[in-house]
Amino acid sequence: MTENNDIQVDPPRIGVFVCHCGSNIGGLLDCKKLAEYAETLPDVVYGEDNLYTCSETGLSSIKKAIKEHELNRVVVCSCTPRTHEPLFRKTVQEAGLNPYLFNFVNIRDQCSWVHMKEPEAAFDKAKDLIRMGAAKATKLEPLNKNIVNINPVAMIIGGGVSGMSAALSLSKQGFKTYLIEKEPMLGGLVNDLYTLAPANVKSSEFLEKMKGEIASSSNLEVFTSTVVKSIQGFVGQFSVDLDNDGTLVKVDTGIIIVAIGAKSLKPFGLYGYDGSNVVTQLELESMLQDESYSPKNVVMIQCVGARNAERNYCSSVCCMTAIKNALILKERDPSAKVTVLFRDIYMPGIFQEKMYKKARDNGIIFLKYSPEKQPVVEQDVVKVHNEFINDVVAIPRDMVVLSTPLVAYDDNKELGQLLKVPLQENGFFLEAHVKLRPVDFATDGIFIGGAAKWPADITESISQGLAAASRASTILSSEMLEVEGATACLPEVNKNLCKGCEVCLNVCPFKAIVKNQNGDIEVIQALCKGCGTCVATCTRKALTIRHFTNEQILSEIIALTSE
Amino acid sequence: MMVQMESNSKQALVIGGGVAGIQAALDLANMGIKVHLVEKKPSIGGRMAQLDKTFPTNDCSICILAPKLSECSRHPNITIHSFSDVQSIQGTTGNFTVDILKHARYVKEDVCINCGVCAAKCPTRVDDEFDRYLRKRNAIYMYYLQGVPAVMTIDKDRCLYLTKGACRLCEKNCDKEAIDFEQQDEIITLDDIGAIIVATGYDLYEDIYPLTRYGYKKHRNVVSAIEFERMLCASGPQEGHVKRLSDGKEPDKIGFLQCIGSRNARDKEYCSSVCCMYTTKEAMIAHEHNNELESYVFYIDLRAGGKGFEKFLTRGEEEYNIKYIKSKISEIQVDAEENPIITYEDLESNEIKQMKLDLVVLATCIIPSRDGEDLADKLGIELEENKFIKTNAFFSAETSKEGVFTCGCAHEPMDIPRSVAEASAAAARAAEVIRGAV
Repeated sequence: MTENNDIQVDPPRIGVFVCHCGSNIGGLLDCKKLAEYAETLPDVVYGEDNLYTCSETGLSSIKKAIKEHELNRVVVCSCTPRTHEPLFRKTVQEAGLNPYLFNFVNIRDQCSWVHMKEPEAAFDKAKDLIRMGAAKATKLEPLNKNIVNINPVAMIIGGGVSGMSAALSLSKQGFKTYLIEKEPMLGGLVNDLYTLAPANVKSSEFLEKMKGEIASSSNLEVFTSTVVKSIQGFVGQFSVDLDNDGTLVKVDTGIIIVAIGAKSLKPFGLYGYDGSNVVTQLELESMLQDESYSPKNVVMIQCVGARNAERNYCSSVCCMTAIKNALILKERDPSAKVTVLFRDIYMPGIFQEKMYKKARDNGIIFLKYSPEKQPVVEQDVVKVHNEFINDVVAIPRDMVVLSTPLVAYDDNKELGQLLKVPLQENGFFLEAHVKLRPVDFATDGIFIGGAAKWPADITESISQGLAAASRASTILSSEMLEVEGATACLPEVNKNLCKGCEVCLNVCPFKAIVKNQNGDIEVIQALCKGCGTCVATCTRKALTIRHFTNEQILSEIIALTSE
Repeated sequence: MMVQMESNSKQALVIGGGVAGIQAALDLANMGIKVHLVEKKPSIGGRMAQLDKTFPTNDCSICILAPKLSECSRHPNITIHSFSDVQSIQGTTGNFTVDILKHARYVKEDVCINCGVCAAKCPTRVDDEFDRYLRKRNAIYMYYLQGVPAVMTIDKDRCLYLTKGACRLCEKNCDKEAIDFEQQDEIITLDDIGAIIVATGYDLYEDIYPLTRYGYKKHRNVVSAIEFERMLCASGPQEGHVKRLSDGKEPDKIGFLQCIGSRNARDKEYCSSVCCMYTTKEAMIAHEHNNELESYVFYIDLRAGGKGFEKFLTRGEEEYNIKYIKSKISEIQVDAEENPIITYEDLESNEIKQMKLDLVVLATCIIPSRDGEDLADKLGIELEENKFIKTNAFFSAETSKEGVFTCGCAHEPMDIPRSVAEASAAAARAAEVIRGAV
């Protein structure tokens, strides 16, 4: 981090841009009046309203105003900094301003949307927010972004199909790649499957081909029987300690991809599950390896242990697995009776819906049951209430197969802590944005693919593995990376205030604060996300956070209470 | 990001500027690979730009897409060819040559500032395609408000001057002198294309097939889901206040009909994958506009396999007054007030029932892009039986031709997260080819 004390800043000349966001804001608040109001505020020399400030038209308008009105601070009053702050910072930068001389005022998510029914009060609140934003703008200081060097090496944790796909792609793109697998061999859950849907390919053949490709890649190093012990560093510069069957191995890498998959739920206590005549789909897969195995009467029950209060999710792969296995049994013995008891058949898209039709055409029976009237497994029959005939039907069975969901590994928690990345409520990893950043973590340089994020079939796991490789490649392809500049620090002038109490070390959720050899507190800039927890807890007020300094926050409070 | 340029001179071509094409282009560009992004419409953004909100987070669709549009337009490694089609392709993997046909928009892209004065002066009003014909636009127009590039386009089939030789009001009123009636279609030849990504998205069933069985286009209170999406949207034709097209009345009871044109032997047999979810989202948003709203979803199977999807449906039932009815629809009639009355078989009770509604929304089937066959011919790639791009069952980025990859709804109906992930996957494969090419 460069010190910015020597950068000269002229007296503030603030421009305020009020966005209508179509009618999201403009439909409730008079944006033109708000822009006029802004112009009455101290140091504000220009105000305007835009239909969409984020459109190319709006952005050019900001740049034009910076030039024409010699603005040195820009305030945009619009949606939310979560999605739009980077864009506006970049815009002011393109017009020659330091990107941190931009301030965001949230008048949509935190005003027009939440006060939809009170337009007048919302208008007053918007005025308050704008006054506060402009006041803070006068106190803004230019900051430099932190630069980190990128080590062009990739590490993938998890050697299933998703992890293997990611590793192969990165190695083919020319990056030194490490693939880490906990088990003695690669392949993950696919090792335990007989065939793969929707194309009915032998799992063993599929895996052999992929493993062969990995073995022949020169810059791809595989560690099996290996677990991650510790992870230090940050994007571009991670150092990882691995436990390779009892031996410590140290690996330096620029990025990390998590692809540790998920496991199939064992339904103890449900439907008389015994692992021999009442089995899971996964157990049936291994029974099918014996090609003479061909039971006469098979009943499959879907959503076992899923779509309930405990696991309120559809595992998305079980219908396809059940239908695939039902077709195999029917093919082995066309006279076999195979019945699938389901709640909703999840076979979306082209390939899967076609499989479902084939199953019906081949005489596989599908019966719907409701969660209120669950099937009952008895010695020779499965009894189920059929809503269509409004009666209980008894279906003969030699074999009952329970379709259980994929559930998160218990390891996720530990790995999540090592990586400092979050899990969602079912224990799966939580990505940066469900919609638009499906394989990124919020933490820079760490990515996620496959069933560790959410139950996924083979096709999707491979696709996500490749996607994670692409995202990783966008970092590895550069020698250097800019990271957030609005971070915490211990300014030189405050050094004597710090008494070394270490409260900050303990509260930092990103483990970004260390004590150096001299016993002084130091904030590792590339790790700091600027959350401010350390600053708020610092007993001596020695730490400060750039872009959210006490002076800046106080200026907002004073502005709020000034009218 | 400080992007280092790939030393290899090979570039990538991405066909289709929807969210998938945009993501693929951005990933490649951020790897230091030059990308040409070709979009047939006047602006990039695709279907996602037309949606009001997105499930399961109910984020405003254009709001989360817009930063990506801007990023594309300012990225030094991305060249956007909007209002353009792929004309021809030669060569093989690692070394394609592509001709792009850039249609004349009769507006200078580098001069127009999208001030809108021309449109205000244009005397011709035509149905707006982006708003699904629920609103009018002028013959000179912005494809949509936040469109990128942010320049006007003249609809040459509707412009008075271009069709009848008189008017030129837009030209007279443009201070910037951005109007150029002499502009011609232009062929742009792109050499050194190492890899191609096809992200051409989808069309909708109602665009091609009549939905007379459901009274679509006959009864004004039967609309398709994309129309309803525009009706809900704050920047749409009804400015976010849903009103019936027959009488402007706010609906209190809406029926959402699933699998329209899909999952049956008469129509398309496949499942469109996204309708159960977007229907629930639409019912939720409509309920936020009108807290008295009752929504009825007539479905075959509820398909909610994605992350947080099942919970989303539960929320719909518990908090937004949505009732899901497993059923088959037999017909739709209207009464004297044009209220739709649907007749359906309730598959839970096995009874034939009727329900009177204020509005019916049809979840119509996602179908392959209409230009798909033509493009596939030019590219030399195979299509599957429904005319989506044929892919490997396990490696969904792979088409039948080496060096040509695909992602998103161009090969199978799917939701936005999967399209985005697939786009990155296709980018990874394209980067492998480009970096391996000598």
